[in-house]
Amino acid sequence: MTDLATTLAPERTAPVPVRPRERSTARRRILVGVLAVLLLAALWELVKVVVPDAGGHLGEASVLPRTDDLAMPHVWDIVERVLQPETSATGSPTVLGAMLSACWFTLRVALAGWLVGSVGGLLLAALMQRWQLAEHALVPWVVLSQTVPLIALAPLVVGWGGRIHIGAFEWQRWMSVALIASYLAFFPVTIGALRGFQSPPAAQVELFRAQAATWNRTMLSLRLPASVPYLLPALRLGAATAVVGAIVAEVSTGTKGGIGRLIISYAQSASGDPAKPWAAIAAAALLGLLAAGLVSLLGLGLGRYRYAEVR
Amino acid sequence: MTNAVEARGVGKVFSSRSGEVSALEGIDLHVAAGEFVSLIGPSGCGKSTLLRLIADLDTPTTGELTVFGKTPQQAREAQDYGIAFQQAGLLPWRTVTANVELPLELHGVGKGERAVRAKELLSLVGLDEFAGHFPHQLSGGMQQRVAIARSLAERPSLLLMDEPFGALDEMTRERMQTELVRICAESGAAVVFVTHSIPEAVFLSQRVVVMSPRPGRISAVVPITLGDVRGEGLREDASFFAAVTAVREALHGTPVTARGVDLR
Repeated sequence: MTDLATTLAPERTAPVPVRPRERSTARRRILVGVLAVLLLAALWELVKVVVPDAGGHLGEASVLPRTDDLAMPHVWDIVERVLQPETSATGSPTVLGAMLSACWFTLRVALAGWLVGSVGGLLLAALMQRWQLAEHALVPWVVLSQTVPLIALAPLVVGWGGRIHIGAFEWQRWMSVALIASYLAFFPVTIGALRGFQSPPAAQVELFRAQAATWNRTMLSLRLPASVPYLLPALRLGAATAVVGAIVAEVSTGTKGGIGRLIISYAQSASGDPAKPWAAIAAAALLGLLAAGLVSLLGLGLGRYRYAEVR
Repeated sequence: MTNAVEARGVGKVFSSRSGEVSALEGIDLHVAAGEFVSLIGPSGCGKSTLLRLIADLDTPTTGELTVFGKTPQQAREAQDYGIAFQQAGLLPWRTVTANVELPLELHGVGKGERAVRAKELLSLVGLDEFAGHFPHQLSGGMQQRVAIARSLAERPSLLLMDEPFGALDEMTRERMQTELVRICAESGAAVVFVTHSIPEAVFLSQRVVVMSPRPGRISAVVPITLGDVRGEGLREDASFFAAVTAVREALHGTPVTARGVDLR
């Protein structure tokens, strides 16, 4: 086993069939999800009731944030604000409309980034599985890559992209955003895929060797199917991080049209219109959930490979 | 006729950080075509290592090893042997049938032919009804039977088995042994069978190769003359007990009868 697999991941779980509990609990899971959101809203209101408006203080030090309507608007105020027009200008779309179109933009960019990152991560993991030397050489860089702040990378990517003109193809700003999102998404996919590729026990690997199966064949018939339980959660995680990456990238590259931009512009009206920025934050969180949910649809057709899903 | 396995002066040294460990030394062994030979000995005597050398899952450090007159690598690439391990090693996402078909699939055998062969093999190991099941729906003994069916898929003339019944309970184990004797008689394959059970070795084999550890060596070869037809009745037979005693004595290096009497 590799150093990477042991350092970054918990022990492998024993194969346990997951299929029987799948369909019967789908409805319950949705219910639990909705309840969790309601609980969060209730907690929010509870904090507003319990903690004084000026926040909690311990002597001089402030330990709890202020809870007046300016800092923490009521949940229903946020909901109400979402349904009202964005600005007082005539013909202005509602906050909901603006957020939906912004989310749609960001979702597409994030999914493009997720796709690029996932393919890259899979290839990288395959490379590392193929040659142990590659694993030893690349793993430190893979880990290091995630310690570089995205904000530092964003202008570089935009700068490089701006110089790319190949025939009729011209680098668009959204491509920079997608590339930065992929930079965040590739990491969990690489790690998950590598763990998955290395998951078949010795008896299975030696069986393929005894059959004189080529590396490609072993990858296709053994390692790839065996990696599904590792890959699905990794892809889901990758989708969520791609959304985060896309939002951060939108902000730091100044890309218009996405939810990242909306968060910034709504934040500027926080002092006069406190419900507006919270609406954008909630939308960004929901977007991450949506992206992860979309990706988990991939698992629907793969039931037989999910005998031991690592959740 | 070429011997299925021929080893002359085979040795294997594993080097690790703490130094070199000699797992096998000066192994001379031949297994005739169609012969059933068991390797028996205490843990660490190198019996599994020897099997792995024959299967080309490891390479010998010294000596000469041939399988049907070829190097182990050539034999592996030509699919001259089938192999079964202590762990069934079935692919959990494949049905029983698809698991049995795996070796055929890897070597490009057509779909129709695969299905016919898998059906044959599953009835050979008595699992026709479970063709469409997944491995986790089977008991350990049934999984092991699937693994054995898989090892027979390409009609190999040599079967390599590394404690294939090691994880089974005694009752299942004895039934599997009887089945294996029948299957081998039908297929005519030579078998190299690693075990640490004396009755198992005696029941199955024409010859029992007794090994001793540190370094792994062959200390004795005990021929078992119990005939080719071996049924459940044999287990109660005096000739069977005599052979078990002979192997036990060879394993311990001294006659053990006196001590056995003492204990009673």
